[in-house]
Amino acid sequence: MSGHSTYQPQNAFLQWFEKRLPIGGLIHSSFVAYPTPRNLNYWWTFGGILSFMLGVQIITGIVLAMHYTPHVDLAFKSVEGIMRDVNYGWLLRYLHSNGASMFFIAVYIHIFRGMYYGSYKEPREVLWILGVIIYLLMMATGFLGYTLPWGQMSFWGATVITNFFSAIPGVGEAIVTWLWGGYAVGNPTLNRFYSLHYLLPFVIAGVVVLHVWALHVAGQNNPAGIEPKSDKDTVPFTPYATVKDGFFIAVFCIMFAWFVFYTPNFLGHADNYVPANPAVTPQHIVPEWYYLPFYAILRAIPNKLLGVCALFGSILILAFLPWLDTSKVRSARYRPLFRQFFWLFFAVCIGLGYLGAMPAEGVYVTIARVLTFYYFAHFIIVLPLLGIFEKTKPLPNSISESVLSKA
Amino acid sequence: MTMHRTLIALALAASLGVAGAAQAQEHDTPKPPAQKWSFSGPFGNFDQAQLQRGFKIYKEVCSSCHSMSLVSFRNLAEPGGPGFSEAQVEALAAEYKIADLDDKGQPIERPGRPADTFPAPFPNAAAAAAANGVAPPDFSTLAKARTYERGFPWFVFDIFSQYQEQGPDYIHAILTGYEEAPKGFTVPSGGHYNKYFPGHVIAMPAPLTDGQVTFDDGAPQTLEQYSHDVAAFMVWASEPHMVQRKRVGFQVMIFLIVLTGLLYFTKKKVWSAVH
Repeated sequence: MSGHSTYQPQNAFLQWFEKRLPIGGLIHSSFVAYPTPRNLNYWWTFGGILSFMLGVQIITGIVLAMHYTPHVDLAFKSVEGIMRDVNYGWLLRYLHSNGASMFFIAVYIHIFRGMYYGSYKEPREVLWILGVIIYLLMMATGFLGYTLPWGQMSFWGATVITNFFSAIPGVGEAIVTWLWGGYAVGNPTLNRFYSLHYLLPFVIAGVVVLHVWALHVAGQNNPAGIEPKSDKDTVPFTPYATVKDGFFIAVFCIMFAWFVFYTPNFLGHADNYVPANPAVTPQHIVPEWYYLPFYAILRAIPNKLLGVCALFGSILILAFLPWLDTSKVRSARYRPLFRQFFWLFFAVCIGLGYLGAMPAEGVYVTIARVLTFYYFAHFIIVLPLLGIFEKTKPLPNSISESVLSKA
Repeated sequence: MTMHRTLIALALAASLGVAGAAQAQEHDTPKPPAQKWSFSGPFGNFDQAQLQRGFKIYKEVCSSCHSMSLVSFRNLAEPGGPGFSEAQVEALAAEYKIADLDDKGQPIERPGRPADTFPAPFPNAAAAAAANGVAPPDFSTLAKARTYERGFPWFVFDIFSQYQEQGPDYIHAILTGYEEAPKGFTVPSGGHYNKYFPGHVIAMPAPLTDGQVTFDDGAPQTLEQYSHDVAAFMVWASEPHMVQRKRVGFQVMIFLIVLTGLLYFTKKKVWSAVH
C-alpha cells in the first residue's frame, strides 16, 4: 500500500521533532492516511474492538494487581477485599473478569470473519499466523488469570490443565513437577501464574504491533476478496474507519456493560466463589466457556496423550490454513459450496462448545467424537478438495464496481 | 443479513440436537422453584426490613455453626445494606468477644468493634468438621457459590432476563426442602433427607422451623418467610455493592446509548460522501 506519508507538521516544535524522530509521520501514515477498502462491513470493526479490549484488560489488570495478593492463603480473601472494600473494586474486578470473555467473543468473531472472507490467503499468511500466535497467547493468559482468585475452579482447572503435560512419555511427570514448582498445585504455582499473567498481555501487545504492521504492509482484505486497484477503491483510515470503528466499539460496550452491571457472574462459575480446597474435587471440572470446544476435543479421544495432541493440533492447524485452503478465490461470497461448509464448520464449533460443558459420558462422547472428526476433516479434507472441485462465481472487476452494483 | 440468519439457524440446529440428548438423562433432583426477590432485575433493590430480619436469623440460628468471616460489623451500616445505624452496629459489635493481644502481648478477649469481622463459631475448619460431621460453609460468598443447572435454552434466556438468583432460590429450596425420606430410601446416619439437595442426603439438620425466631416488624414467623429473609441476607453478604452496581449500570447504559447514537449519526454523515 502507499504508506508514504504526506504528514507536514505546521507547528515549529513538531517540525523540529519530526526531523529527529518521525513518529508523527508513522502515526499519520498508519492511522490517518492509510487507505482502507471502501467496502468493509461491520465484521471488520473487530480489530479495533480487540485493541480496545486489550487496553481495558491491561488498565483494569494493573489496578487490580495493586490490591491482589498471590498467596494460597490470601488470594481468595484479597479478591473479595477488592470486591468489598476497594473503592469501585467490584467494578474493576467485574470489568476484568467479564472483559476476558468479551475479548474472546471479539477474537472468535474476528477469526471466523477471516475464515469466511479468506483473509489468510496470499499475501496475508504471516499476518494470519501472527493472529494465531496472539490467540494462543490469549488462551494462556486467560487460563493463568482464571487461577488467580484461587477458588475451587481456579485450583482444579489449573490441576487439570497442567496435568496435560504428564501425558508426554518419559519426561511428562518431571515437566509437571517443574511447572508446579512442587508435587502439587500450590503456592509456587500461584506465584508463577501471577507473574506470567502479568507478563503475557505485554507480549500480546508486542505481537499485536507486528500483526498491525503486517496488516499495513499487505493491506486489508475486504468482503469482495479482491485487491484495491485504484484510489476509487479505498478511503483514508481517518475519518472513515475511525468513526466506523468508534461507533461499533460503542455498540460492543453496551453488551459489555450489560454483563458487567447486570449479570456479572453469568459467564463465570459458581464453584469459583468457594475457596480452593485440594481435598474436595468439584463434581464437574469445567473450564471457562472460551475453551469448551477444545476441552470437548480433548475428552473425545480415549487416549490421554492423543487427546492432548488433538487439543493442541486443533489450534495449531489454524496456522496451516493458508496452505490447506487451495482455492484461489478469497471471499465466501463467490464460493457457494465453501459458504455452506463454512457454516457447517461454525455449527460444529458451537456443538463442540456445548459438549465441552456436558459430562463426558454416554451419547455426549459419541457426538463429540463425530464432531471432532469433522473439525479436523474440514481442514484436511474439505478445504483442499473444495479448492479443486468448486465452481466459483465470477469476481467483480473492482471493489468500487462491487459496491456500486449493490447500491 | 443472510449471514446473520444462517448463523442463528445453524447455531440453534446444532444446540437442539445436543439438548435432546441431554433431556434423555434423568435428573431426580427437582429444580428449585423460582422465588420473587426484591433485588432481581435492573432496578432491583434490597428490602432493608428483610435484610434486618435475615440478619436476626443468621445471628440467632445460623451463626452457631456457620462463619461469615469476610463481612465486618461496619458493613451492616453501609449504604445499600440492612441500614442499621452506626450506634446500633457499635452496640452489636460489642456483644461479640474478639480474640486479640493486650499491650504486653498476652492473648485476651475484648469486645468487638465495628471494624472487626464476624468471629467464627469454631477455631478452625477441622474443629468445625469434627463438631458437625462436615465443616459448615462460610456465609460470606455462599449465595454466589450455590447454583443449579439451568440447561438449554434457559441459560441463553437468562442473559436477557438477567435471572441470576439461582443462589437464593437454591438456598430457599434447601431450607424448605426437608421431608420424610421416600419408602426404600435409606438415609445414612448423620444425614438428613432433603428434596432439593443433590443426592438428597445433607449433613445439616433442618435448621429453621415455624416460630423459631421472633420478628418485631409483624412479618410472619414462618419457615417460608425465614427462608426468604435469610437467603436475601446472604445475597447481600455476598454482594454488598449490588444496589450501587445496578444504579451505576443504569447511568452507564444511558451514557453508552447516547454515545452510540451520536457516533451512528457522525458515521452516517462522514460516509454520506462515499456512498
